[in-house]
Amino acid sequence: MHAIEPAFWRRYIFSTDHKMIAKQYLWLGLVMALVGGFTAYLMRWQLAWPETAVAGWGYVEPDFYNALVTMHGTIMVFFVAMPILLGAFGNFLIPLMIGAGDMAFPRLNMMSFWTLLVAALVLLASFFVPGGAASAGWTGYPPLSARPIYTGVHWGLNLWILALALEFASFLMGGVNFLTTAINMRAPGMTFFRLPLIVWMQLTAAVLFLLSVGPLIAGAVMLLLDRTVGTSFFSPEGGGDPLLWQHLFWFFGHPEVYVIMLPGLGAALEVLPVFSRKSIFGYRLIVYSTIVAGILSFIVWAHHMFMSGMDPRLAMPFSITTILISVPFAIIVFAMIATLWRGSLTFPPPMLFALGTLAIFILGGVTGIFNGSAPVDIYIHDTFFVVAHFHYTLFSAVFFGGFAGLYYWYPKMFGRMLNEMLGKIHFWLTFIGFNAVFIPMFLLGTGGHMRRIYNPLQYDFLTALQPLNVFITLAAFVLFLGQLPFMVNVFWSLAAGRAAERNPWQANTLEWVAASPPPHGNFEALPTVYRGPYEYSPAQIAEEWMPQNRPLVPRTAS
Amino acid sequence: MREAIVVQARPVPGIPAGKVGMWWFLASEIMVFGGLIGCYILLRLASEGWAATAAHVSLPLASINTLVLLTSSLTMVLAFAAVEQGEHRGVRIFLLLTVLLGLMFLGIKAYEYSTELASGFTPLTGLFWSFYYAMTGLHALHVLGGLVVNFVLLLMSLGKGAWPKVQHRVELAGLYWHFVDIVWIFLFPLIYMT
Repeated sequence: MHAIEPAFWRRYIFSTDHKMIAKQYLWLGLVMALVGGFTAYLMRWQLAWPETAVAGWGYVEPDFYNALVTMHGTIMVFFVAMPILLGAFGNFLIPLMIGAGDMAFPRLNMMSFWTLLVAALVLLASFFVPGGAASAGWTGYPPLSARPIYTGVHWGLNLWILALALEFASFLMGGVNFLTTAINMRAPGMTFFRLPLIVWMQLTAAVLFLLSVGPLIAGAVMLLLDRTVGTSFFSPEGGGDPLLWQHLFWFFGHPEVYVIMLPGLGAALEVLPVFSRKSIFGYRLIVYSTIVAGILSFIVWAHHMFMSGMDPRLAMPFSITTILISVPFAIIVFAMIATLWRGSLTFPPPMLFALGTLAIFILGGVTGIFNGSAPVDIYIHDTFFVVAHFHYTLFSAVFFGGFAGLYYWYPKMFGRMLNEMLGKIHFWLTFIGFNAVFIPMFLLGTGGHMRRIYNPLQYDFLTALQPLNVFITLAAFVLFLGQLPFMVNVFWSLAAGRAAERNPWQANTLEWVAASPPPHGNFEALPTVYRGPYEYSPAQIAEEWMPQNRPLVPRTAS
Repeated sequence: MREAIVVQARPVPGIPAGKVGMWWFLASEIMVFGGLIGCYILLRLASEGWAATAAHVSLPLASINTLVLLTSSLTMVLAFAAVEQGEHRGVRIFLLLTVLLGLMFLGIKAYEYSTELASGFTPLTGLFWSFYYAMTGLHALHVLGGLVVNFVLLLMSLGKGAWPKVQHRVELAGLYWHFVDIVWIFLFPLIYMT
């Protein structure tokens, strides 16, 4: 335990403490979320009122619209979801929840954040280079991405590739750290099956990322060579194949969406038992389902490619595996519902967001069945139906799950309480705004409205759908403005919020044993673990909750 | 009499953190090279004419390089054995040999590249050559990285204070070096012997 606090630079900027690094990831992710949200604002305005000047910005050119589409996806997946759910939650929680003083490799941890910061700066810089930012979609399909002459973007796409390479390096370092820490540094008594579920989710996500990103790194090397040296890995006229990129990208891309989904689901799984005062239903079932889903995620990727021109015989096996993967997720959803059943429910903001995660995820999962069936996908591929589907699945886990976790662990991270009323307002504006934006998109999709187009009014068959576009944009304004209560809440709370006690939610997991916020080294004494993480209202015990580190002392016979 | 019920703690696996971390890192690297090599294999099976143009790579030079790299793995193992026996001088000698052999590998590779480029076989000559330069180039970069690490370890072992750290890191660097060697074992037959 260090008696002397390090100086400003080592404490706040070049810190190796996992909690400070987690907060650095959090702030980076939240700032990038503002940028990503702004790209959505510009896109939604353009779609509702095409070729009019956007309020507070100006006219959006078609080339810039393509860059917005690309950067919205890239920023949200790689620079918002991953930093917040893995970088912030994973870094903050894993050592605390397993009863360790820090990560296995603290300096590697620090380097992983700084690598990501450089990556984010490279990506933002790409907006300002000649030719503008990358505009071949977040999926970067060649030949559009392979030959600068097709997009007019030269340095923007090279910087995009570089930013992603740095981001991959950052999370490879983080993944190695998470896994080594959880394997090697668990406190006495903390067996794998006593780990909180969010730790299982973080570890599964780390494994998925480590094993899936390799082929895309290979593909990125090939794309960079195509762009700079002039090779033809992906160009048919040189003997290459554009489909090769799609296979490499989606082999990573599909496990990647589970990488960002699982920790968000994990946050909801932590919150639900605490505010139901009831043990999680089916702990082992959830763990096994997560592992099965992780394994299956490696053999579903071509469901993104049903319309790519690949061998049509691949459609059936990939449809089958895709529909199969809904089973473990359905099990997790049922386990969440069964956890709530007959619980003593209270509804502070973390619980509201956790329930929102569950509700939104159900809709997202169900619409995945439509997409996963090749014959249906022939019609809805590249329409707004797909956009609505993945926003339902991603938003549920990343946004609602992320906020469930933020409201829940905020007292532990910052030693303050957030205002509950502002939190509830935030939730309802987000929930209503989100559904108002994305439910009509399913209708747009089945009506044939394509993705990534600049001006829907150019198509006669879309003019009847245009009122929906206007409605969606207005609902999006509600969704954007609905985030203001959260921002106000955070700033007010950091300045003048009520001090948080050690365990404001009366939860069992080990992070609540440490002080709020925990000091360097986390625990006054290394905890010993005696039970699983969800002993709420346990049978034959008078107490309503049993922390993991509290030894069981029997009453004397008298 | 009150007795606390204490659950027996299961011992955490006794593998040092650095080793666990290195294995996970190597797992991700296997996927990088596996992806690249997998693409090469699939495209080669699907295309005609690659065997003809592949005949222009130098099997003799690559065979020498294979011998060089394999020997460097041997010297790396011997360095680790010296570490375990506390033979400081042996550690320095074998680390030095590993670095020299690695430099020889890169030197031969550079010579190969220069002759191939001079004969007009550039990365743009065709898809086989694009893959050839990409795969061997990425591998060579990894060899260079390993060389830098081994050289730093050699410098550390020349000093007096850092021995526990050197001991531990020689083992980890050895794991990485063997991985780089194994990747070459795959590249060599796939490029030079088919």
